[in-house]
This record gives sequence, C-alpha cells and structure tokens, in this order.
Amino acid sequence: MTRLETTGGLIGRTVERVEDAGLLTGRGRYIDDLPVRRDTAHLAILRSPHGHAGISAINTHAARALPGVIAVMTGADVARLTRSMTVGVKANVECWPIARDRVRYVGEPVALVVAENRYVAEDALDLIEVDYETLAAVIDPEKALAADAPVLHPSLGTNLINERAFRYGDPEKAFAAAAHRVSIRIAYPRNSCTPIETYGVIAEYDPGEDAYDVTANFQGPFSIHAVISRALNVPGNRMRLRTPPDSGGSFGIKQGVFPYVILAAVAARVSARPVKWIEDRLEHLTASVSATNRVTTLEAAVTADGRITALSWDQLEDCGAHLRAPEPATLYRMHGNMTGAYAIENVAIRNRVVLTNKTPTGLNRGFGGPQIYFALERLVHKIGDELLLDPLDVIRRNLVPADAFPYRTATGGLLDSGDYRAALDRATTEGRLDALRRQRDAARAQGRLYGIGYAAVVEPSVSNMGYITTVLTPEERAKAGPKNGAQAVATVAIDPLGSVTVKVASVPQGQGHRTVLAQVVAERLGLAMDKVRVNTELDTERDAWSIASGNYASRFAPAVAGAAALAADRIRARLATIAARQLNVTPDRVDFRAGTLLDRDNPDNAVSFGRVAAASHWAPGTLPEGTDQTIRETVFWTPDELQAPTAADGINSSLCHGFIFDFCGVEIDRKTGQVRIDRYVTMHDCGRILHPGMVDGQVRGGFAQAVGAALYEEYAYGGDGSFLTGTLADYLIPTVMETPEPLILHYETPSPFTPLGAKGVGEGNCMSTPVCIANAVADALGVEDIRLPLSPSRVSEWLYGEERPPSKPLDQTPVATGASGERMLTGSGSAEVTATRESVWAMLLDPNTLKAIIPGAHEVRKVSDTHFRAEVTLGIGPVKGRYRADIRLSDMVEPETVTLSGGTEGALGSGRGTGRVTLTETTTGTRIDYRYEAAIGGKVASVGGRLLDGAARVVIGQFFQALARHAGGGAPPSAAAGFIQRLLHLFGRHR
Amino acid sequence: MKPASFDFLCPETTEEALAALAEGGGEARVIAGGQSLVPMLNMRLARPALLVDIMRLEALRRIETSGDEIVVGAGVRQAELEAWPTLLRDLPLLAAAFPCLGHVQTRARGTVCGSIAHADPSAELPLSLVTLGGAVSLRNRKQKRRVKADDFFVGMMATDLAEGEMIEAVHFPKARHGSGYAFREVGRRHGDFAIVACAAVADDRGLRLGIAGVDDRPRVFPLPALDDDQFDDTINDIAWSLNARDDIHASARYRRELVRSLGRETLKEASRCRA
Amino acid sequence: MPRMNAARKHPVDFTLNGRTVRAEAENRMLLSDLLRHEIGLTGTHVGCEHGVCGACTVQIDGRPARACLTLAQQVRGGDVRTVEALSRDPAELSPLQAAFRRHHGLQCGFCTPGILMSLDVLLRERPDAGREDIREHLSGHLCRCTGYATIVEAALAAAEEQRKEEKPNV
Repeated sequence: MTRLETTGGLIGRTVERVEDAGLLTGRGRYIDDLPVRRDTAHLAILRSPHGHAGISAINTHAARALPGVIAVMTGADVARLTRSMTVGVKANVECWPIARDRVRYVGEPVALVVAENRYVAEDALDLIEVDYETLAAVIDPEKALAADAPVLHPSLGTNLINERAFRYGDPEKAFAAAAHRVSIRIAYPRNSCTPIETYGVIAEYDPGEDAYDVTANFQGPFSIHAVISRALNVPGNRMRLRTPPDSGGSFGIKQGVFPYVILAAVAARVSARPVKWIEDRLEHLTASVSATNRVTTLEAAVTADGRITALSWDQLEDCGAHLRAPEPATLYRMHGNMTGAYAIENVAIRNRVVLTNKTPTGLNRGFGGPQIYFALERLVHKIGDELLLDPLDVIRRNLVPADAFPYRTATGGLLDSGDYRAALDRATTEGRLDALRRQRDAARAQGRLYGIGYAAVVEPSVSNMGYITTVLTPEERAKAGPKNGAQAVATVAIDPLGSVTVKVASVPQGQGHRTVLAQVVAERLGLAMDKVRVNTELDTERDAWSIASGNYASRFAPAVAGAAALAADRIRARLATIAARQLNVTPDRVDFRAGTLLDRDNPDNAVSFGRVAAASHWAPGTLPEGTDQTIRETVFWTPDELQAPTAADGINSSLCHGFIFDFCGVEIDRKTGQVRIDRYVTMHDCGRILHPGMVDGQVRGGFAQAVGAALYEEYAYGGDGSFLTGTLADYLIPTVMETPEPLILHYETPSPFTPLGAKGVGEGNCMSTPVCIANAVADALGVEDIRLPLSPSRVSEWLYGEERPPSKPLDQTPVATGASGERMLTGSGSAEVTATRESVWAMLLDPNTLKAIIPGAHEVRKVSDTHFRAEVTLGIGPVKGRYRADIRLSDMVEPETVTLSGGTEGALGSGRGTGRVTLTETTTGTRIDYRYEAAIGGKVASVGGRLLDGAARVVIGQFFQALARHAGGGAPPSAAAGFIQRLLHLFGRHR
Repeated sequence: MKPASFDFLCPETTEEALAALAEGGGEARVIAGGQSLVPMLNMRLARPALLVDIMRLEALRRIETSGDEIVVGAGVRQAELEAWPTLLRDLPLLAAAFPCLGHVQTRARGTVCGSIAHADPSAELPLSLVTLGGAVSLRNRKQKRRVKADDFFVGMMATDLAEGEMIEAVHFPKARHGSGYAFREVGRRHGDFAIVACAAVADDRGLRLGIAGVDDRPRVFPLPALDDDQFDDTINDIAWSLNARDDIHASARYRRELVRSLGRETLKEASRCRA
Repeated sequence: MPRMNAARKHPVDFTLNGRTVRAEAENRMLLSDLLRHEIGLTGTHVGCEHGVCGACTVQIDGRPARACLTLAQQVRGGDVRTVEALSRDPAELSPLQAAFRRHHGLQCGFCTPGILMSLDVLLRERPDAGREDIREHLSGHLCRCTGYATIVEAALAAAEEQRKEEKPNV
C-alpha cells in the first residue's frame, strides 16, 4: 500500500499529552472512580486454598444469614445460568469461571458473595465452609506428562491438551549436512507485568430484555466479547460491554478480567442489583492471569563458519489449570517469526500444551516473545561459544539481509522492512561497544566478574486474528472456516460548530492514544491539536468495533492511528470538494492549513475550516453533487498481508516486524551474587515514529518490566500447588533503585504495510532484555544453564565453592528443606520421658491427652479408634485463626511405632502433615523420636511464607514438648541454646 | 482485603489504655503507627476484638536521655527518631540502620516500639536493640517490668509481651566514646526486609555481631578480633548455628555465606570507626 | 473517650485539603476507602492495600503516608492532604505537576497521585533535593509504565524551577 504523505508537522513531534492534566490533578476516571447506581452492591469471591482438590460440600447458611448479605452463589448456581467458556482447541474439556466439583489452582473462585459493601461481603466469605478432598497436584509441566501424573480434567484423560508438529523446508537434510549441531534447553519461568490498578467490573442485568450491561477495565481483544456472550447465553447485542475513560495499566493482563465479567454479570442477575467488584491485590497476584512458563529444547544446524541452516524447536507450554481464551495463543503468536531476525530456511517445530495446577495464563506484554527469544538468543550465544566465534559475529552472519525485504520467513511470516545489519552497526558504534569491551577486559584483569550480552530480535505487531488457528490441523481449519485479518476501526466526526471528534476502538491503558490521534487527525485536517478531541472509551452497543478491537499486540500506532488517518483523509477529500466550489478552484488545489481551507496557489483565497465542515449539518442541500456527508466517517481497515494459515501451516502471524538489537554489560558481586546492570543499550527500528517521547516511554517501561523478569519477578509455587508470592513483598517489582536507565537508539525504516509507516514498539524490550541480561551473566560466569529470575541466591550457586563445614559436628539436626520455595516442612526431634512405652502409647490414643497436648485444642472428639477430630486455635504473634483438624493413626505397631496424619482447614488456609513416632525403651523410661513432614497451603502460605515456616515448627514442636511433659519428661533439649552457651564460654565473655 | 470488625478505643491516659488491654486479654491489641498491624488486619491474618490507639498519650511520645540510655516512648514515630538532632552522636548504629528501614512513607507513620513489638526476625530495629544490649519497658495495670532485649524476642514474631501488657518504651544504650558501630544488610530490593542484616559494635569489651534474617529472632554474638586465628571458625560456627532456612528469596546456604562475608565486613567497618 | 463499638459508624473530624470535614466511618474503615467512597475524592488510588505500591500515598500532618495502612479513625483531629489539593486552580498545574507533563513522567497515571504527594513533601522541606534524595523518596512507590527515569527528570526539573523562583535574582 502507498504510504500517506503528511504536511502539518505534528506527527513525529513530542507534544505534551492531552491526557495528563486530568491525571495529574486526581481527576482521572478509572473503573473504581465511576459513579454507580445508589443500589449497587459489592461482590467478594471465596477462593480455593488448594492447588488441587475435590469439593465435597459447601455450606453457605451462615454467610446467607449475615445481615447485609444479598446473595451467595456457588459454582453450581453459576452453571445453571451460564455455559462453559469456549476453549480454543478441539478437546473434551470444559472451562468455567468458577469451580464446580473440583478446584485446580490456588485462588480459583469457589463461591460468590454479594453484600451491601465489600467489608460485609468479606465477613460473609469467612462464614462459608467448604469441605475439600485434597488431591495430588502437579506443578511442573514435564511431570504433568508422566503416565502417573495426577490428571486435572478427567474428561480429557491426560494433561496434554494439544500437540502439533510442523515442518518447513527440509530440516532433516539440513541437520544431516550440518558441520555442527548445537542445542540448548531452557525453562522460562512464570511472571506477569502486574499493573498497579487491579481488575474491576460493574455489572447490571435487565430481566425485561434479558440483557447484561457491564463496564469493565477490559483491554481487548474484543473477540472475547463473543466468549462472554456465549457463556452468558445471550446474543451479542444483549451483552453490552463498556470500558471506563481511564485504565491504570494493563500490559495484556486486563484481557484476563473476562471470567469476572461473567461472574459479576451472573451475580447482578441473581441479586437483582447492580454489582461492583474490585479485585484486591492478593486476588490479583494469586489468580488474575500469568504469562506461560515454557520448557524449550532448541537445536540448530550450523555451518563451519556459524551460519544457521535449520532450527528444531520442541516447546512444552504450560497454560495452567484451564485453557482460557485466547490460549494457547502465547505459543502461536510468534509462529511466523520463529527464526527471529535471522534468515533460516529450514524449521521443525513440535508444540505441546499442558495443563498444571497453576493459575490459567493469558495475555502479558511480549506475549510469547520472551519465551522464544530466551531460547533462540541463548542458543546463538552458545553457538559462538562452541564454535569459538564472537556471538556478535554469529548474529551478524545470520541476520536477514537488507535487500531481502519484504522477507518471507520459513514459517510463513512476512518481515515488512528493515536494515538489520545497519541498525546493529549503528548501535555498536553509538552505543560504544568497543569501550564496553575494554571495560570488561579491565574488570576481568582485576579479577572482577563482568560479562557482555547481546540480543537481536524482531518485534511482531498487529496480530493476524487467524494465527491462533494454526493450532488446528489444516483439516480442522477447513471445517471451521478461515480466520484472518486485523480490523482496525476509527471514526472522525464533525459537529455543527465544525469541531472535530475522533473515536477509536483502541481502549488505551496509559499509552497516550488520545494525544497521538489528535496529532494525526489535526495534521491531516490542517488544524491545531486542541481543535481535535479524542474519545477512546468503548461501548459495544454504540460504537463501531470488531473482534480485533482493543489494545494489544502493539497495534495502535501501525493499525489504529493509521485507520484514523484514513478516516480523516476521507473527510478531507470531501471537504476539499466542498471548499473547491466556494474557492472557485479544483479540489486538488485545496490545502488545509491553520484552520482554513485555501487555494494552494493563492493563499488569500481561503475559507474557514469550521464553515466548510459544518455545511453538512446546516445546509446539506448546498453540497456539490455526489459529495457525501462530512458529519461522520468510520474506517474499517484490515491489511491484505494478514491471510489465514496456508494448507502447509504457513502463517504470517503479524503485520509488522520491528527490529531490536540490545547489548549490555553486567557485573556480578562475588560475595553477594547481586547482578548489577552497568550499561544497557537498546536499538529500535519501529518504523516511522509518531511521538518520540511516547516511543521512548514504551521502551523504558518495557525495559523496566524486563529487568524485573530477568532479576526479580517470579510467580512461585510449592510442590503441592501452594502459591508462594501472594504479596508485593514477595512478588518483587523493581523500584527506581533497581531500574537502570538504558541508552535508547533509533533506526527508522517505515513499514510499507501500514498507513503511517509505523510499527509497534511497546513489547520489544520484554522480548529482548531478559535474554540479553542472561547472556551477559552467562558471559561473566562462563555458565550455560541460566534460569530466570537471576536472584542473588541463585547466582551465588555458581560463585560459592564447597561450603566450609562447622568446626565441630552440630548437635542439632539441621532442618531439612526441599528445593528452594517448596512449602514442605520436614523436621525431627526426640524427647526423653520417665513413663513407660505402654503408657506413652496409651496417651497417644486418648482424646483427653490429645486435647492437652495438641496446641490450641478446644475439643477433641474420637471418631473411631484411629480417627480424632479437633477444633483448634493456632496463632503466632498477631496471626491467629481457628481451624478444624482431623488426626488419623496408622501403621501402628504397639507399643513401638505409629504414624499420625493430620489435616487442618480454616479461613487462613490449610495444612496437612504426617509424623512418624517411634518409642524406644531406655533405662529411665522411654525415648520418643519423631519425624514429620508438613505442608501448608492457602492464604497464609501465599502472604506469609516466612511467618508460616516458623509457625508450623513452633506448633509441631509444642505438640511433642507437651507430649513429653505429659509423659513426665522435660522439654526436648534445645540444641541451639547449648551451642551458644558453649560459644560464650569459649570467649569467657557475657553480654 | 478489608479488616474484620473491631472495637476501637482512643484512651486519654495510660491507665485507661492498660485497663482496656487487661480487660481485652489476648483479643486486645495496641495500635500505634499501624504500619505492621494494618497490613495484617487488611489480610485478616490478625483479627483483634479491640484496638487501643496509644498515639494520643503524650507521655509516650518522648525521646529522652536517661543516664547512659536513650529512652524512646511507644508513641515515637520512626521518622521522629531518625530526625532527632543527636541521633548520629548518641545512636550511630541506628543512624546507619534507618536508611534500610522500609521507606520514607512508612517511617513517617510507623513507630520505633511498634517495630520492636512486631518482632519480625529480619527487621532492623529489633536487631539494633539486641546488638546494643538494650531493653524494653513493659507495663500492665499492676506493674512495670524491664526486659533485656535478648530475652524479649523469643521467636518468629513472638515476644515476651504478656496479655494485658504494653510496651511503654525501649531503651537504647548511648554510644560510648571510643566505640565503633556499623550496620549493613543485603535485601532483594531497596527497602525490603533483609535477607541478612548485620549490626556490629567494636568497643573496649571486644567485638559483637548482631544478625537478623536468619534465625527466627535477632541474635547477637561476641567475636574474637578480626586477626585472631579463631575468627573464621567462630563466625562460621555462628553461621551454622542459626538454623538458616530456604525460602523463595534465598537459600539457607546463601544466608550462611552472607553471615560470614557481610558479618566480617560489618565488623571491619565498626572496628575502623572505633579507630 | 469511650470505647467505640465495632458495629456502628463513628464520626471522624479532620482537616482535608484545608477544610474541616466530618465523616462517618466504622472503626475498620481504611482512610483510603473513607476518602474515595465516603467523601468522594477519588484522586487517591488503591493498588495493594498492604503498603508496598505507594499508590494511595497522601499527606498526614505534613508527612507522606499510606492511606491504606491508616484507619480512618487514626486521622481524627489530623490534617490530611490529597492530590486534589496540589493545584489551586484545576485548570492550572502546580510546577511539579507541570514538570510531570512536560517530561512525560506518567503514562497510565494510576501511581502518579501518590508519587506527587511524596515528592511534594520532599521539595517543600528540602528545596536543595538532588537526584539521590528524589530516588530515595520515589523508592517507596511502584510504577509499572514509565521505568521511572522520566519521573526523576520531572522531579529534578521541578526542584530546579522552585529554586529559581525562590532566588529570582541569582
């Protein structure tokens, strides 16, 4: 397509944002700020404390009886009024927004309460009793494939929900002919770009029309509107979805609000009141949405001089507990650019999607890019290492050459424009790579740990709505009908006073769309920016929109701004025709400048824009014959380049492909393992730049999130499915202190496929930066198996040699712990008592003794000879909770050994544990030896992990101390105290 | 994430506060700055039946010098002590610790004694108090008592504070001439709770090293001189003795290594300050 | 003062943005909820309700403080200032606000009011504040959009401007 020429000089300038005055004075209108009807009630959600459990009963009586409570609903109640949400692959599986008979991740909704206010709604949550039968959980995607792995969805019979293999070119031949085969295996962790504003929904239901009206801080894509309507069992025109004027950030995450749109809509229907739900931060971290974690094995066929001739990808994608729309899109968004910035003709891909007991995944800035580039760019570095080549030379040798654009990739992508080598060369020169290399040499000469990393990536933007159908086989696709395109929608309207309003379906979350659209349209119409007003709210009942509408896949500048320019140009052409008659010139001589329409050759011959523009309203009869109205023009724009997948599975998954080349220098502190980013250079070719300040803002923001992903952020799970990073004190978002400033460079090659020549820029650093930092760390330490985030503790494993043992054996049993982050506690101890084995044995079987020795027990009831039920209050410091506990005895060998198994359930979470008790006769009585394993889940595990380890140990310790006391012995010897006493004695000093 | 309901009392005298605490037993809690307690209320981890707001009790809002101690009342905010004109002279260890302690915005409201009462095993103020050999004044309706800091902290967020008691003040021994103090910590981010924090004192009685973030309470140990043959063995044995654990932020091994390296550096700095 | 019953609302009198107000709140109501939902000043935002993100930062008795970690009852008789008080005329930005606009110190704007309230105290109390002071104050706030650099630049520019205004002849 031919690019639009521009004249007014507004596009490309860093103008002040029209959004800012309101936002800076506290006058933003975010979802929680909007006025609501006076009778609006508030929704709170009871969530699963278990990673995997059956629900045997839910008792809501007490919650319903609480004053102020309007309605309480369970999964069964919701299911009666809805249908399962659409799943994007062919699989015998349902996907509900609330658990029905089984919970599959910590945080999964279990019950809904609607009450007069949020405080009361949360009071009611505390009163709901749920009986869970815990099931074994599976967290690791590879273990989820094992034959004996717990299966999340019995109807599916397996956790492998989709598998496809692809072959492009002749990869087998290329591998057979290769001088070298280099492979790498990576595991990309779970993280999220976590906006500071959480989800929010305000829902109403009109029973007279069987119609829902929902306002949510949803970000698109509006293909999800179809999923919501279907789930609510209404046609699309009875599901009105609106967005608030302002949104507090999204980065993809707010696509994931849609299951809550369904829940709030049902809650409004059941309670016959408007219902408002604002997600809290614990809910957000635990259960909103996460990027996918992925295990990838990538192998390259490489010539002797470092040319890559083939790639073989094996990707295992973990989408969490449910495959929620549009997943498995994360795995397919990059399908057209699986060869990155490189010209590689042969590709084999095996894609598998697995379900595990974790939060379902969804959109997240970079969407699929961080995962593939982490593998690809780590591999390129490794090729350099193995072939003794500079990794930068490997990159350079393989880049798509400048004369090849538009370049069709092996997998079907069409790289629109670029000069990758020139951009790379400019980056190394202007970014002073030579100086950085000297710095590395100097640092290493001093024995410091310093490394340099590189990353070259293409940043896809404007998604082809058909790419996700690549997950279907060609036969399945043929049956379902082709899907493709990327409809962008923009409306330019003129009111009776001749002022201009722009309306787009772009749903910004802080990116300044209103400013850029004012720039673009004002420039096209020869107006000052403040003469154009832009509205970016979306109302599906009133506005022009389509499935691709929304704010994702970096589509604003290339697609939406372009559509607005096209709409302005259509109006412009008509205004020129009208003005031409008034000016008595031909339309092609009419120019638009400074609020007037004038004769290009005789500027004095002019008429005001407002006068011409308003003619359609006031005097339509005066318009020249054949001139359509100038009141409102809506443009639907979809690029021809975005076609459905071919029969051979070729897919141009995105319209535009920006280029990024990053390099950085990092230094690692030998003692603390802390990674310091010394220098970071990022070169971007995002096509034509519409607003340099905003482009740099996108780069810096993405970079900061990528620093988080590289060094700090991870959604961590325990082996039992417990969620371990439920607060912002555990999920670590970088502050200003942890965020260095990158040097940002630009190289502009306009896209030939977009109206303004712009490409997307918002997501690139989320793709390039994590691996660039990882490569630098690998370079500094000479290690290969880099796992993110590179926490100091993790890095230190490469730094510290064998640990210095204590000078004498510890007379305490060190507490054994599982892999870092496992919420399993194990420990052991012993106590000497004067009672005989037989009497200790009898105590263990006596409810009265148990009541005395179980910490916090109010009541112990004997259910059977080997089963006791207790009500206990457990607490540490200010944290106290009441729990129901079940204790069972098994493997009994009277009076020698017995196994105590227990489980507790309460508002703060749940615990279960097993203790093996051995009684040994001694000269003075009995020695009680115990070993235990305990696991704790639920809220306390998510928000107070540190606290919890201590609490569990205290409680278990108290139990056996009490048992020992009861049986006539002292407390178990405190090993630590003994050690300190000896130490003090050693130096003969006292404090 | 909203607190469960509770009664609220804003007493005008200490006696009134103590009477309410006595009556409330284990279900009553003092609220001062609220920076540790309110997050627990919001998460409903803490569900007291009564909160007693002590911030209007003028008697508790003082920083006083008493003999060789600085006495900080229960109503003194962290920012007030941080801005106290003679802090650097009298409590150089605290002056060094404050920048690590949360953020400007939380120090503005949080109290010194509130942090002591919360007894987080990674927190800077409990560590400083223990390292300096300070004490805590406790009071109930009937009596006052003074507890040595090392005896006050008994475990993870657990203290010697009894039901019906409140902290009236904490006592920090004043810096003595010819003594050196140093504070260092390693955390994941600026302002986070420390993975390991070290506080060191070098004076005529030798070297002492306080360590937080490893055991379930802050601990303090005497050490031989840095150039003593036994130093390495001693600090290594201390590292092993602390019962370090793995969590999502750091491994037990990492914590032990930091005790060794950060401990040494902190002691070195304190010795340098002394000289 | 008698013990205030959990089940009822109780009056809270305080000064808000220079005016005396009387609101009603249950004991457990957070200051952030009182400001936003009882009084209707929605410029103070809520991001985490556990004191980490800083979005709800207001000024209490002249100091920056987390509104989500403050019970409404704790500000009785106190002086609270929110972002709505920063510019006298809503159409005219304060020098700090104007610097944020000029330097693109915000994108979605959700964390911005809290940041402004912290920096406002800093610049008032420490006209000589430099980059490190600004970073120190800013470290109590999370921003997910900007990567912070433009916020620091905006604050430095505002400090510089303020110094010029105070010493017009220098």
